[in-house]
Amino acid sequence: MLRHTPFHSRVAAANETSLWSHWSGHLVVEQYQISERWEHAAIRNGVGIFDASPLRKYRITGPGAEGFLAGLLARDIRRCAPGQAHYTVWCDDRGFVDEDGVVFRLGPQEYLLTAYDPNLALLSERAGAGGARRGKVVVEEVTDDLGILAVQGPRSHTVLAALAGPELARLRPFELLAARIGEAAVTISRTGFTGDLGYEVICAADDAPTVWDRVSEAGQPHGLVPFGQVALLISRIEAGLLLYRVDFQSARRAENDDQRSTPWELGLGWMLAGIDDQSRPFVGRRALLRERDEGRSRWTMMGLLVDQVTYDAVHHEAGVTPPYAFHPVHTEALVYDGTGADGRDGEAVGFTCSFTYSPSLQRHIALARLRPEAAVPGRQVALEFTINHRYVRIGATVARNPLFDPARRKAVPAPLPPGLAP
Amino acid sequence: MSAGADWRSAGPWDAVVVGGGHNGLVNGAYLARAGLRTLILERRPVVGGAAITEELRPGFQFTTFSYALSLVRPAVIHELDLVTHGFQPLVMPSTFCPMENGDALVLGPDRGENLTEIARHSRRDADAWLQYQHDLTMVARALQPVIDAAPPDLLDPSPEARAELAALARHLGGLEPKVLHDLVRLLTGSAADFLDHYFETEIIKGWLSASGVIGSRLGPMSPGSGLVLLFMHLGQHDGDLGSWAFHKGGNGGFTQVLARAARAFGAEIATGAEVDRVLTAGGRATGVALADGTEVTARVVVSAADPRTTFTRLVDPAELPAQLVSDLGRYRYQGVSSKVNFALDGLPRFPGLVGGRQDHWRGFTNIAPSVEYVERAFDEAKYGWYSTHPFVDCAVQSILDPDMAPPGRHVLSCFVQYTPYELKGGASWEAEREPMADRVQATLARFFPGFDDLVLQREVVTPLDIEQVAGLPEGNIYHGELLAPQLWAFRPAPGWARYRTPIGGYYQCGSGTHPGGCLTGAPGRLASYAILADLADLARP
Repeated sequence: MLRHTPFHSRVAAANETSLWSHWSGHLVVEQYQISERWEHAAIRNGVGIFDASPLRKYRITGPGAEGFLAGLLARDIRRCAPGQAHYTVWCDDRGFVDEDGVVFRLGPQEYLLTAYDPNLALLSERAGAGGARRGKVVVEEVTDDLGILAVQGPRSHTVLAALAGPELARLRPFELLAARIGEAAVTISRTGFTGDLGYEVICAADDAPTVWDRVSEAGQPHGLVPFGQVALLISRIEAGLLLYRVDFQSARRAENDDQRSTPWELGLGWMLAGIDDQSRPFVGRRALLRERDEGRSRWTMMGLLVDQVTYDAVHHEAGVTPPYAFHPVHTEALVYDGTGADGRDGEAVGFTCSFTYSPSLQRHIALARLRPEAAVPGRQVALEFTINHRYVRIGATVARNPLFDPARRKAVPAPLPPGLAP
Repeated sequence: MSAGADWRSAGPWDAVVVGGGHNGLVNGAYLARAGLRTLILERRPVVGGAAITEELRPGFQFTTFSYALSLVRPAVIHELDLVTHGFQPLVMPSTFCPMENGDALVLGPDRGENLTEIARHSRRDADAWLQYQHDLTMVARALQPVIDAAPPDLLDPSPEARAELAALARHLGGLEPKVLHDLVRLLTGSAADFLDHYFETEIIKGWLSASGVIGSRLGPMSPGSGLVLLFMHLGQHDGDLGSWAFHKGGNGGFTQVLARAARAFGAEIATGAEVDRVLTAGGRATGVALADGTEVTARVVVSAADPRTTFTRLVDPAELPAQLVSDLGRYRYQGVSSKVNFALDGLPRFPGLVGGRQDHWRGFTNIAPSVEYVERAFDEAKYGWYSTHPFVDCAVQSILDPDMAPPGRHVLSCFVQYTPYELKGGASWEAEREPMADRVQATLARFFPGFDDLVLQREVVTPLDIEQVAGLPEGNIYHGELLAPQLWAFRPAPGWARYRTPIGGYYQCGSGTHPGGCLTGAPGRLASYAILADLADLARP
């Protein structure tokens, strides 16, 4: 049976479309309003809220917790101080990514790790395996105990600061603040999945409706709207944020190595900045070192910017209105060398994982895995589309992710101009 | 830059653009992008021309003149890399047409829901709506290559010019016969006739017919209004022909994006720099003289001003062919539009829509409940007076962009017709400004009870203001009306539609050239190609 999130009563009341989808066995809103673009515009121009509660959540505590996570996660958790968070992946012994998630370090010996799929067997097994750590790490699943409300967009700080206080302004990306929203004790992190200025509010499940109400009320004069999966997925592709089971598969649930990928191949090599540090063996480290040193990566994750003027013109010339993909396309399409314009067929140099029209960039974009030699910013490639039942190749430019990266994402939140202050 | 003023001594320039309105900025950006040392001179303290946003009350941003976006060419967006500089159109998903009986037509982004809403007024019109949209879109699509290319020179017998004409004939000949016929009906007929063919419901016809009279001294029953209706459907957002948006920060926000792009390509922009005249020697432009006496030397001078200014004020008409001067003499401006903009203490209330619904404010609110309403509004203007019951095109811009007004408060932009530039009996706009705005406010109060109590401030912009402040003659918002005889290869005059002038090195890039008015950037872009082609010819040994 499908479960409801802690925000369900509020989410259901706000859903004007009756369009729902399923996320980890939970009923979640596909889009609250008929216009998914309106919801996307709120993320980029005002403020939107998103119920992220279906994420699995694991509480990891004890004097051995740091050592345990340092040996599992690709990023070095020892560099994550209490009050900070890390986006990280964890791999298998061959260096293939198993899953990704955010680990919040709530205290010196207390962590909260999110994931899409169940990971309790893996976590428990490894926690129990360490000889010296035996009995010093406790892993418990707390998925149902907590609600997570993402508050995203240029006005997110203004709205949340009105509730949580001026200390919020101090938070840099991936930092945490213990705060109160009304009576509810919450943890606010400067995190999110939209690539914009934004926060996530983690609260006790019972407090979720109150938190939703308070945030909605504070956001009302700022044009706050709730946003669903569609707007989230458009913005996360713009932001170059990978989606598990779309842009990569779990190593331990994959059927063959073509379905598996390593952090180097996914554009997540930055997580491995400390891989040469001998003091931290972690799962997959030796394979990842070998991959790097021997240049064995098969792919590099890049962004693609479709030449939209050509895209439109080719369609108009063919006598059809150019179709715009407002709902992200998560099926694979081949990427070819060359622009496609000269009529010559370039060879396949990669494939798209995610494709969407980007309102922020005014063009179609993709996340694509390319052969390393083709993964050069500025390189011309071509994507294949069907127009009037025939294949047509249209040019695109290879670019680094994130394709859309507003300064406000990392900047100190600017206060509202004097005239706009309430 | 404006105050530093070292541009005055930084010449000679490759190109100087007269006027920092949107086409001047686009043109200057393209010229700078091609490597020309380019100077854009703007008379006013701000760039943007008629596309400006002004904070007339703390926190309240007013789009004084131009107020919405649709026709900006995708090529301009991408070739000038405008997204990098902040281009952010907020597509308007709804249309709200209040009716005199208290009911309303509210359309949104969902096709099926719209059909239900239209069927509530007429089941027959639901079918007609789909067909109308399809037919209009087919015509608009057929014209996309036409508005993105310089018009052919009909008077030029050269093989190249004939080939361009032949290519156009092939393009039109490739259209389905119905599309070609619809094109002719729209180019020559009235909006009312075209709409009568589809619809029986007055509220739909009233709303759609109003887009046939925007900025034009026409009623919806006048031949020629079909053309304006079509013109308003030629733009697009996100691939959707005929859709309209509000730019982040208003259209002033858009022209600031253009200014940043132009500067990024290396163009210099000087404000407070009024050009008095173009300097010529031996039939060629050599630069410009500013009102303060400064002379700026340049190989190329581009006028972003309207045709009257370009040909009769900036240069001596004696230097021009008599036929051109004669043609320009009959070029029609005849502004009939005003703006009345409001700062509001809250959202207006419409009793016909209940339940705290607000989504109907996300787009244009159209006060044009019937074709006859608009036609009668025009009748008064025909004889030199402003409408007793004006057509009003409203937009609560702070709903789309929270940065336009303080939280919980709003700005309402109202485009008003008809308000003829020339009032009968020697009456002046100075005297009639507030009485005209009172009629607008009374009209709004009639549909939105309690409206008067919401008004914190009112800005009134008459055709005279449009002329004097934005520099648009007779207050015509397009640099001259969108009439068939002064469009395409005839804009602004036969033989001079390809951005050149009879004076060597002197070019035109304003809305008085093809494809015409509204924020398109197309004249600025197409003019730059003509200029760069000429310079390449000059450079050839």
